[in-house]
Amino acid sequence: MTTTGRRLTTSAMIASFVDEGQKTTSAPFGHALSRLAEQRPEVVGLSADLAKYTDMHVFREAHPDRFFQMGMAEQAMLGAAAGMAEVGLVPFASTYSVFATRRAYDFLCLDIAEPGLNVNVVGGLPGLTTGYGPSHQATEDLAILRGMPGLTIVDPCDSVDIEQAVPALADAPGPSYLRLLRGSVATVLDEYDYRFELGKAAELRTGRDVLMISTGLMTMRALTAAAELEADHVDVAVLHVPTIKPLDRDAILRETAGDRLVVTLENHTVVGGLAESVASCLAFAGAGVRIVPIGLPDEFLAAGALPTLHDRYGLSVPEIKKRVLAELS
Amino acid sequence: MSDRIQALRGAARRIRLHALNMGEVQGQGYIAQALGVADILAVVYSDQLRYRPEDPEWPERDRFLLSIGHYAIALYAALAEAGVLDVEELQTYGSDGSRLPMSGMASYTPGMEISGGSLGHGLGVATGMAMGLRHQGNPARVFNLLSDGELDEGSTWEAALAATHHGLDNLTAIVDVNALQADGPTAGVLRTEPVADKWRAFGWHALRVDGNDVDALVAGFDELREHRGSPSVLVCDTQVGRGVPFLEAREKAHFMRVEEHEWQLAREQLEEVGA
Repeated sequence: MTTTGRRLTTSAMIASFVDEGQKTTSAPFGHALSRLAEQRPEVVGLSADLAKYTDMHVFREAHPDRFFQMGMAEQAMLGAAAGMAEVGLVPFASTYSVFATRRAYDFLCLDIAEPGLNVNVVGGLPGLTTGYGPSHQATEDLAILRGMPGLTIVDPCDSVDIEQAVPALADAPGPSYLRLLRGSVATVLDEYDYRFELGKAAELRTGRDVLMISTGLMTMRALTAAAELEADHVDVAVLHVPTIKPLDRDAILRETAGDRLVVTLENHTVVGGLAESVASCLAFAGAGVRIVPIGLPDEFLAAGALPTLHDRYGLSVPEIKKRVLAELS
Repeated sequence: MSDRIQALRGAARRIRLHALNMGEVQGQGYIAQALGVADILAVVYSDQLRYRPEDPEWPERDRFLLSIGHYAIALYAALAEAGVLDVEELQTYGSDGSRLPMSGMASYTPGMEISGGSLGHGLGVATGMAMGLRHQGNPARVFNLLSDGELDEGSTWEAALAATHHGLDNLTAIVDVNALQADGPTAGVLRTEPVADKWRAFGWHALRVDGNDVDALVAGFDELREHRGSPSVLVCDTQVGRGVPFLEAREKAHFMRVEEHEWQLAREQLEEVGA
């Protein structure tokens, strides 16, 4: 992965994780929210001093009267978003995932989820999308939030997913958490016959040998790995699961019914995220299917350059291929 | 004494009586605090708040947020006095299947705007409501009753900053300073004084009154109502157990156990004192 002659560094906190040569779309969340707001006057945006870094600045510029700056105070932001929803507005509140989950959990839980309000919490830098270190790497956000009753959790793959998820989340009456990919975001799913549907998994690719069940940005890696594994005569299917909760159990049980090797891929610790969601779905249904979990290890991750870290922790395409081939041999 | 004040004292006395009657159902609870805030709730519900008892969801209603969910017994009493709840329903307090759980929850009780058992939530939600209502051109006002113990929670001060920054003069905080929290006197647990100065330093228009003096409460709320440009807070010093001298004197007042034979005694003292 390392380009010869260029020393990789941590660089900016918000370094892009897209692979070289990938098609991208700029700030899909900010633009999608701005477009939605033109249709729906009750849509408002809040930020906790990170509008510029969560693409909320696009909305702020388009609809300044509907943007509310709450300062570096995530608890107050989620409480205020709840108050706005109580009076009939549809708030999108963005900050980094670590602050929305670790810091403001009680506020997301009691103010928003318990009364079932339509507040959409948007978390930047999910999983390993910054090399800044554990303070900013939300490697356990799905694990933290999956236990919260009534919360919809979406982990989009790319700009297509994000653009379609934003109006869908505004339409859905309850609370949601959206893992945000920001800045220059890969555009991948436009090549597939795909539409984001809340709560639904989508088979993007069929294959006889391996079933990859993936979520978030790992779906684009799964698709690349699947294409490259053709050269190794391995036929890989990819089931994209953008909604972590509620989980599309029917699709997972249907797709895992055969004798294909089942691999889960997620940009999250293997504890409490997609792998364990799939595992419990299978076990509770009495389906004795072994799954190979590709995800981040149960540890606080190193700081460093993202390509290096994705290689080191097994999220890069070459590492995914290695793991699959080893399991098949 | 004016008719206004006399009527409010009557309302406060009935709120205390309702609270004692509910307390008797459970044998224990946050009775001392309920007796302490009865005057505040009487003035708020009978004099200050705009609402329709028969339509608790009326969009133009002023919002009253109880962030101290464990004071629910006091708010149920006030909602009965306000006509939102039937007095007979108070007898179900804390019982299985009741709409009146021991800790206040919005989904259970008409007139209960938020679930507030975890402290430090009310002012943040109130701030959002005040911002949202103003954005919508809705003239409704938002009130949030906090306790002095709740000032320990950092999120309260996050919300206080935001409310000032956004110039929310449709927001009024009411701080019940009874100087007592779960582990003992506030002064020993985590010192919060000078309370009013702290709010002023955060940009709030602050007044401090005797929270058991109906006259002072009415004058205070009336003055805050006229204030423009920033949020307001009424800091209210209250006496736990107020109106029932033997409860006022009880040392373990935070979560009070009252013996079976004492409830009637308490009601009689309430009558004698005429509080």
